[in-house]
Amino acid sequence: MDIKDIIKEENLVYSKTKLMTDNVLSYCPGCGHGTAHRIVMEIIDEMGLQSNTIGIAPVGCSVLAYDFMNIDMIQAAHGRAPAVATGVKRTWPDKTVFTYQGDGDLAAIGTAETIHACNRGENITIIFINNGIYGMTGGQMAPTTLEGMKTSTSPHGRDLKKMGNPLKITELIAQLPGTYYVSRQAVHTPAAVRKAKKAIRKAFEIQQENKGLTFVEVVSNCNSGWKLPPVKSNQWMVENMFPFYQLGDIKVDGELVK
Amino acid sequence: MARVQGAIVVDRERCKGCEVCVPACPTQVIELANEVNGKGYHYAYMANPDACTGCSNCAIVCPDGVISVYRVKKTA
Amino acid sequence: MGELKLMKGNEAIAEAAIRAGVDAYFGYPITPQSEVIEYLTYEKPEERTGMVVLQAESELAAINMVYGAASTGKKVLTSSSSPGISLYQEGISYIAGAELPCVIANVVRGGPGLGTIQPSQADYFQSVKGGGHGDYRLLTLAPSSVQEMADFVELGFEIAFKYRNPVMILTDGMIGQMMEKVELKDPVPRWTDEQIQEISGSWATVGKPANRERNIVTSLYLDSAIMEQHNHHLQAKYRQMEAEEVRYETFDTEDAEYLMVAYGSSARIAQKSLTLARAKGIKVGLLRPITLYPFPAKPLLDLVPQLKGILSVEMSAGQMIEDVRLSVECKVPVVHFGRFGGIIHSPEEVLEALEQKIIGG
Ligand SMILES: Cc1ncc(C[n+]2csc(CCOP(=O)(O)OP(=O)(O)O)c2C)c(N)n1
Ligand code: SF4
Ligand code: SF4
Ligand code: SF4
Repeated sequence: MDIKDIIKEENLVYSKTKLMTDNVLSYCPGCGHGTAHRIVMEIIDEMGLQSNTIGIAPVGCSVLAYDFMNIDMIQAAHGRAPAVATGVKRTWPDKTVFTYQGDGDLAAIGTAETIHACNRGENITIIFINNGIYGMTGGQMAPTTLEGMKTSTSPHGRDLKKMGNPLKITELIAQLPGTYYVSRQAVHTPAAVRKAKKAIRKAFEIQQENKGLTFVEVVSNCNSGWKLPPVKSNQWMVENMFPFYQLGDIKVDGELVK
Repeated sequence: MARVQGAIVVDRERCKGCEVCVPACPTQVIELANEVNGKGYHYAYMANPDACTGCSNCAIVCPDGVISVYRVKKTA
Repeated sequence: MGELKLMKGNEAIAEAAIRAGVDAYFGYPITPQSEVIEYLTYEKPEERTGMVVLQAESELAAINMVYGAASTGKKVLTSSSSPGISLYQEGISYIAGAELPCVIANVVRGGPGLGTIQPSQADYFQSVKGGGHGDYRLLTLAPSSVQEMADFVELGFEIAFKYRNPVMILTDGMIGQMMEKVELKDPVPRWTDEQIQEISGSWATVGKPANRERNIVTSLYLDSAIMEQHNHHLQAKYRQMEAEEVRYETFDTEDAEYLMVAYGSSARIAQKSLTLARAKGIKVGLLRPITLYPFPAKPLLDLVPQLKGILSVEMSAGQMIEDVRLSVECKVPVVHFGRFGGIIHSPEEVLEALEQKIIGG
């Protein structure tokens, strides 16, 4: 069969959702941010929520998310997205509200805002991109940086005695009664993307039912920060990040997964 | 013989040549071109189009969302 | 005529907010203004009008809750006192940069640092000259009575929405804690979703319908040329405020040879000093700026030909005096007087300063 006969409108089975704009993503080649953006937008699209959704992206590589996500969006100060989301959701309880935050943002400068939004059980969804590093500012150590991992501010590797321990903030917030669904996912393979999408969709569905805060961590790569080509960085992530940040549901229906 | 035939279209100018789609393809359809696009990236293309089943694996892992997938049922 | 009540200044802000149809209040306790959130939580405004009240985990969170709700076209109020307002600065800069309306009350206490819980006017620079990073201005209202504490909530929102700019009510512990008779306006309902759509639909982030482009609230412009343009746009707003929003009051200026300039609590005290001085036959007047930014520069300059000297009275080491001097273009001597660090000057001290530093000096 000729390719020309296949490539026809009626045979289209997959293309980028219209909820992603046509702007070229500002991310480095192979960066998981793009995939994570797209699946969030696919879900908003599939659930018919575009006209009802407000997204909040604070400072980090994804600060320009509003250039790419075709929904109403608020750019927030570094770390403050959960507070901004609280302001929106409390005054518009029927809207769908989510934040999209990096690990420096969520687990360092914004720890207080994150924990308290979770603890209050704000009916919002937090998408947490954990790449173990500060991407935007050029690859400095993050709270999530693994032991021994080299970054521009831990050039000899993270020394736990001097620099503290990698923070599993997702396990931490899962302890709080305000969180209803907490999951850790990845987007490096087709299977991982499908799973992550299911988890994020579940999070948004729970938000519609006002059951509490839903939180999905996406363990992702930072090729530039890790100084690895994209495919190698995904391998490194599987070998090094996943043993420490184990994938899967952490809290389901308000109960910790044993 | 597969009963479905697929094909992908890569938006060549927006492809960043990251290669993430290459190992995602179960039938080794995709390779990076020797040529580069306007941005200097070796873009992805169907090197082995007959093997494409239209499974969409490549498209859903493409960080830049530049792959569209088409699929037809084979009648013959 | 509205309802007459005896209230503290802080309570007046809170009650006025409920009656003005304010949608939300976010705050964090700090003396001497905790009565605002205490009053609001006690009054159950969620039942009276549907107004949301939430105690945040910090001032950082509170001001960002304000930022979030203000991004959606809601009328949002917050209040704090000096150390808390310092924490607000990041958020205020973002709010100004993203052009969001909101009203922030600062019930000032003495500083620097943790300072004292007693009243002060030492946050003038912070409020009037910027406070946070970047080239922006807060329209700053300075109430000098409990009545004005109430009235300036509504006025503040009017101005905030007219310019899409944060408005600061700069007051202090004296007026915040003082009880006075206040006439409260009849309640107006909060805006409906349709009204918000009408008033702020062109920019507010309330969800993108199919028939318009997405709305984005941001203060980020990576392209410097666009950033400069945005700054020009902000500056044009500030020039318009300077042309249209100057508010002030004068007392006994017709024949005045000397002038006191004082705002807020200091203006109340200076009014007493004025009576004492006039009784002694001193031809002194008083100008009370009601807006500190924009500062009533022109009315001050207009008085210069008849003046021999100006006493700038404020409970600080001398901050407003810089604006007074700029206003009069060095055409007449301007001297500062004020107690500070939480001490309130007496009318007699002000009179003495007038006699010794201006008339005798
Ligand atoms: C108050 C403040 N401090 C510091 C910065 C600089 N800064 C911008 S992004 C960033 C770290 C971002 O890292 P992360 O949240 O992990 O996101 P990523 O870029 O890795 O996606 C920092 C420190 C800032 N913008 N604001
Ligand atoms: S710096 Fe890292 S996180 Fe940022 S776009 Fe590049 S790869 Fe992604
Ligand atoms: S994953 Fe996308 S961007 Fe990367 S090489 Fe393949 S088509 Fe190009
Ligand atoms: S659609 Fe499936 S088979 Fe075809 S190129 Fe993509 S991954 Fe390979």
